[in-house]
Amino acid sequence: MTDSNSDNIDTDADHQLRVSKIQDGTVIDHVTGGQALTVLTILGIDGSGGEAVSIGMNVPSDRMGEKDIVKVEGRELSQEEVDVLSLVAPDATINIVREYDVIEKHRVERPTEVVGVFSCPNANCITTEREPVESRFSVLDDGVRCAYCGTLVREEFAAHIGGK
Amino acid sequence: MRHDHVLTAKQFSREAIEAVLDRAAEFADGTREPRHADALLGLLFFEPSTRTKMSFETAAKRLGGDTIDMGAVDSSSVTKGESLADTVRVIEGYADALVLRHPKQGSAKMASEFVSIPVINAGDGAGHHPTQTLLDLYTIQENAGLDDLSIGVMGDLKYGRTVHSLAHALTNFDTTQHFISPESLALPPEVRYDLDEAGTPVEEHTELEFVLPDLDVLYVTRIQRERFPDENEYRAVASEYGIDLGTLAEAKSDLSIMHPLPRVDEIDPAIDETPHATYFEQAHNGVPVRMALLDMLL
Repeated sequence: MTDSNSDNIDTDADHQLRVSKIQDGTVIDHVTGGQALTVLTILGIDGSGGEAVSIGMNVPSDRMGEKDIVKVEGRELSQEEVDVLSLVAPDATINIVREYDVIEKHRVERPTEVVGVFSCPNANCITTEREPVESRFSVLDDGVRCAYCGTLVREEFAAHIGGK
Repeated sequence: MRHDHVLTAKQFSREAIEAVLDRAAEFADGTREPRHADALLGLLFFEPSTRTKMSFETAAKRLGGDTIDMGAVDSSSVTKGESLADTVRVIEGYADALVLRHPKQGSAKMASEFVSIPVINAGDGAGHHPTQTLLDLYTIQENAGLDDLSIGVMGDLKYGRTVHSLAHALTNFDTTQHFISPESLALPPEVRYDLDEAGTPVEEHTELEFVLPDLDVLYVTRIQRERFPDENEYRAVASEYGIDLGTLAEAKSDLSIMHPLPRVDEIDPAIDETPHATYFEQAHNGVPVRMALLDMLL
């Protein structure tokens, strides 16, 4: 397996990815092609925090055909933070980097519940009201379900990101 | 009942249902003495109600307790912009349990997270109405039995919260559920998902005619005018999913016809005088069933 923090990321030599290595932080590799921006949205990373963020999208991958890769400088993401990514990028791998070396590597695991990430698409759900409550969805095999109104969301998760 | 809150019929086990129905029967026949002389039930109805609210009031008073009522929304602090979470936290200090009806789905569940007294869901939008289900089950048990049952549920299955709760609760019993509606008002995917998960036999129909001879119970619900873009379409659907004496020619002689009420045009009043009509008995059963429920919660 190649080092996800290097320039040369499991691609053919002719199609090398030029994304600079990070000194400390998190590399999210093997993200489903086209989902990198959704990953950042889910993680609440929009650049306003000042962290350096690098993104590669639709990069050739031997294993996945095409993949995205996200590097976040200066922030070590916890397992809990990244597990929600499994809903949009089930094959993602998480690499924690310190002093340019990957010191920890793990896969995203499907959580049983996601809180405050998605907004309920049911306009009649109490979580869409001005109430002091965060959205909460239980995770099913084939989607997520609002813990308050029971609405099922089976696809297009990205369209519902933005829980309160 | 082991639950502090009554939020959806999905939380009911067969044992819990039977315990409530048994106790309701004791209150109905006078073999159980009322208690709870000092209990106060808080009523928070953000939507209109006749049967549910009055039967909760009656149940609390027949148990020896009393009720306090938030009153109409337009005379409460809700008009000043108070959140539901704040409202229930305030009334928690006044009452021993809360009965909540609210237009938003999941409102009772959310309310339950902010108080430490029992919250009883008396209808949350198009979501659930679990105490209606308990009195429905009591009525079905009295008239047809809850096992080896073929029930047809007809009308507005999409927005009908009594339908959703009854469907969930019946998965605890040996029941075949037939759902009869226009396609536009068919069972929501969430409810169908739960029924499939429970492995309960379900059949969906657009016409009553072919399934009627098999039914032990026909549960009719009101089709609401506001669900249709124009009056003509509403009238066409409403008449198609209404019943009269002629409709019942092919029905079993002991078919029990139920309705959560209010009805508009969906059951011809001529049916009221037949042995099929159990909807007024059903409404009356709200008192002993809610007495039983409160007796277990308070």
